[in-house]
This record gives sequence, structure tokens and C-alpha cells, in this order.
Amino acid sequence: MTRERLINTALLLGLLAVPLWAWVADEPFTITLATRVAILALAGVGLNIALGLGGLVSLGHAAFFGIGGYAMGILASHAQSFSPLMDSPVLIEGTKSMPVIWLVAIITSALAALVIGTLSLRTSGVYFIMITLAFGQMFYFFAISWPAYGGEDGLSIYVRNDFPGLNTLDPIQFFGICFAALALALWFNARLARSPFGLALNAARQNPTRVETIGLSPFRLRLTAFVISGAITGLAGALFADLNRFVSPTMFSWQMSGEIMVFIILGGVARLYGPVAGAALFITLEHMLGGLSEFWMIWLGLLLLLVVLFARGGVIGLLAGRQVAHD
Amino acid sequence: MTDTILATEGLTKAFGAVRASDNVSLDLRPGEIHAIIGPNGAGKSTLIAQICGGLAPDAGRITFLGQDVTGLSTRARARMGLARTFQISALAMEDTVLQNVTLGALGARGGPLGLIRPALAQRDLRDTALAALDRVGLADQAATVTAELSHGQRRQLEVAVALTLKPHAFIMDEPMAGMGAEGSRQMTGFLDSLRDEAPILLVEHDMDAVFALADRLSVLVYGQIIATGTVDEIRANADVRAAYLGEGS
Repeated sequence: MTRERLINTALLLGLLAVPLWAWVADEPFTITLATRVAILALAGVGLNIALGLGGLVSLGHAAFFGIGGYAMGILASHAQSFSPLMDSPVLIEGTKSMPVIWLVAIITSALAALVIGTLSLRTSGVYFIMITLAFGQMFYFFAISWPAYGGEDGLSIYVRNDFPGLNTLDPIQFFGICFAALALALWFNARLARSPFGLALNAARQNPTRVETIGLSPFRLRLTAFVISGAITGLAGALFADLNRFVSPTMFSWQMSGEIMVFIILGGVARLYGPVAGAALFITLEHMLGGLSEFWMIWLGLLLLLVVLFARGGVIGLLAGRQVAHD
Repeated sequence: MTDTILATEGLTKAFGAVRASDNVSLDLRPGEIHAIIGPNGAGKSTLIAQICGGLAPDAGRITFLGQDVTGLSTRARARMGLARTFQISALAMEDTVLQNVTLGALGARGGPLGLIRPALAQRDLRDTALAALDRVGLADQAATVTAELSHGQRRQLEVAVALTLKPHAFIMDEPMAGMGAEGSRQMTGFLDSLRDEAPILLVEHDMDAVFALADRLSVLVYGQIIATGTVDEIRANADVRAAYLGEGS
């Protein structure tokens, strides 16, 4: 087992052990913190597929996070008010079922990623960053000015949605759901990185000409990665909304996009567990430093600066050393 | 079928006032190595870029396997079996040697790329990749990260990737560049055996290699082909000697 694998396993077990301990010790708030870490890490895993594997620096992933959130908010708010989403031409009712909401969140954010990706991937570098940022902001202002679903105030969902066979209002059970989603996404990401698609995508990041000369399209590879990436971040958005039982335009804000990127940079770009380490560190800092001062972000900024200057591989890179090529 | 694999007719490309390709017509026949020589700035790279699809000609056309490919993308031409190796290596430098060749095998296999099964665990890809590495003599470097290879080894890897594509023609831009005498000799021997598999359009500065390998030579000067012929014909050609080989002045 390589050192990085050992660290990854420790991270995952740690993320499982902390809430289990909190459950035994009856500290529900700690469980909620761990759930936040799992969900935000999931959003980061999504972005890491575009950013780490594909080299696509998207500053608009809040769009997908928010779409996932609003998919949950809209469906659940109709279900709680017993009013159908639409009645013509077909009757669509709201729902409180998590699996259905997840499916809708994944499909809508994937579709949004397809449209945004098709337009943005014609650019690269700083233009790509700017155009994804612009798309994110479009969704943000759209959400603010859409009074039907709360506008600026957002939407409150009074009872957490249902998952068959589980009591989702029990913090530890909801944590279990989020943890399982994260573990599944990490498994998928690990497989994807080694798959033929991952190999080609990774080569397209390093040398697009090479990929063209063997008859593959860098654009299509990147678009596929962007869609997969958006779908995973969208799922995280739906879970995040369910954790808070509240959706608001903040989920669409560029600060949210930046936060997801910060997880990856803190943890280690292109490192499989980078987003997990980053999100855990971020939430821990927010919790500990946030208690000391309102301006805890200053310290986060300082840390980020140190990581970028001295530990390019993030926390994982610092602990595990240089990335080993697969196989 | 046609007796030429690849042909250009009246290919012209100008950059401002400079005619980098001026009415270039040449062909590549089955089983031959056709070398293009010429001084620096003669327009060899521009010519290759047009043949492979990176650059659109202002006039003229390119046919490959009897089909007009002038308007096709690099990707489409690669899929038809036009394999190119680069003067400046176009490899995934962070990846291992084996990953780079596997990528070639992946392009050649066609069809959808899998998302789940590891590429290096797939027998067909791995076999194609290892066979190609073995042929160019890089088998013992399979696990090396490409950035750590010498320039000569990168050339070999370029050729290995081209091999995996099972191409109908090779376009090689200075495959001997950066190689020592020994490496150059080995590569010459290898290319010599390769011509039966698919013809090679070869741009090369190493004159010993060119004279040893080429069935035919075309001499490119200021974007124009001033002579085409066998090695002996070119050696005897007065224009070529004056313009390029630096003799007879």
C-alpha cells in the first residue's frame, strides 16, 4: 500500500469515526459538522474531475451545486404545500423522496453542465474561468429574482426528505447516506482516473495535440468530464439543501464556487482524496477559528497562501509526497 | 486501388509575403520511404502540418487512400490511418511510457472509451502497447515517467505510439533528432524494416540516415520542390548541389 493510500484510508475512517463517536457521546452538532464535510467533499470530488483530471478551472461550479439544491427545494416545497409543479400538459407533482430528488438533481445539473460546457469549452485558460464564473452569476441573479421559489429569502423545507427504510431526521442516519454517496463518488473517481476515458482526458490536459493525432477529440473528452463533474456537484447540492432544510441563492454565489475550489487546493489538486482533506480542514477551521473571531477567513487566506506557495500538492501532497503514476 | 497512398497537388500556403509552400506536389507510394530534405526555413514543417491537418492550405489538395482529405480535421485523418510523429515531442509528459502507448492503442481501437475498467488492465490494449514498445526497443522503460526519458527515447516513444495506430502511412518529422550515433543507427535500421508495413514520408536532417533509407527524395527550397528522384539522381542534380548540398559553388 502506498503512503497516499494509507493517508486516504485514514481520512475516510476518520470521517466515519468522528460522527460515530459523537453519536455515542450524544453530540448531534458534531455529527452535523461531519455531514457537512462529507457533502462539501462530494461537491469537491465533482469539481476535481474537471479540475484535477481535465485541467478545467471552473469557477462556476456553484451553478450545479445550486441547481441540485433548488431541485430539492422546488420538488419538496410543492410536496409540502400539496400543489403540483405543473398540471398541463402532464401532471408533475412534488416529491419528498430522496432518491427521486437525487435523480432529478443529477439530470438537471448534468444538462446544465452540457450547455455551459458546450459554450465555455471553446475557450481556455483565464477566459474559461471568466465564462464559467459568468454562468454561475447568471444562475445566482436568476434565483434572486424568481419570487415563486422564495427569491432572495430562499425556500424553507420543514421536514427532511424521506429515504426508504431510514429515519433521515436522525443525524447519524442522514450522515450515513451522505457518507455512502461520498464513498461511491470516490470509488467512481478512482476508477474513472484509470479508465480509458481518464487516460485520454488526462493526456488531453497535458497535450491536446497528442490526443487529436490518435483520432480522439479533446473537446468531447472535456465536455464529458464537465458533465460528469457537474452531475456529482449537483448531487452534493441536493444533499446540502437537505442537510440545512433550506435553499437560498447563496448556493449559487461565486463565493460557493470559490469555496469548493479552496477545498481542492487545500487538499491537493488531482489527488483523489484532496477534496475530503480540504473540506475537513475547512470545516474544522471554520468551526474552531470562527468561534474565536468573526474574521477567521483571514487565517484561512494565510493558510491558502502557504499551501499554494510551499505545498503545491496540498495537504495530501505534503503528507504523501510526489504523486505516483498509476501502475 | 490507387498506386499512391498519399498525394499533394499544387499545395500552396502563404504567411504574408512569405510562400511557405509554393505549388507543392508530391506523392507517397506503397512500400517506400520518401524523404523531404531542405535547408532550415524551407517550409518542411508547414508542409507536414498541411498534410496532417493542423494547417489549411490556401490552394491545392491532399488525397489519402484515394480520398480528398483537404477539408478533413486532424482527427479524421488520424482515424483514416495517417500517423504522425512530432519534431517536438507531443507526449503526455506526466504519464508513464506505457500509458502513452496505451493511449495510441485506445485511439486505434475506436468505439466508446470505457469509464470504469482500468485501461492498463485491458488485455487487447496492453498487448498492442507492449508489442509496440518492444518493437522500438523501449520495453524496459514501460514504467518510466515520460518526462524522464532522453530526447532520443522520446522519439522512439513517438514512433511506438504511431505504430499502435496500425496506420496506412507514417509522417515522421525528424525522428532522429536528439539521438546519438548509436540511437540513430538503430532507428535507421528500424525504419528500414517499417516501410513494408506502411510507407513513410520522412523529414530528416541526418543526411546519412536519409541517404541510407530513402527510396526517393524531394528537395524543398523556399517552399518549392526543386527536385524529386532517387538518391543517386538527387546527388547528381546540379540545382540541388547549388541550392542545398553546398557543393559546386
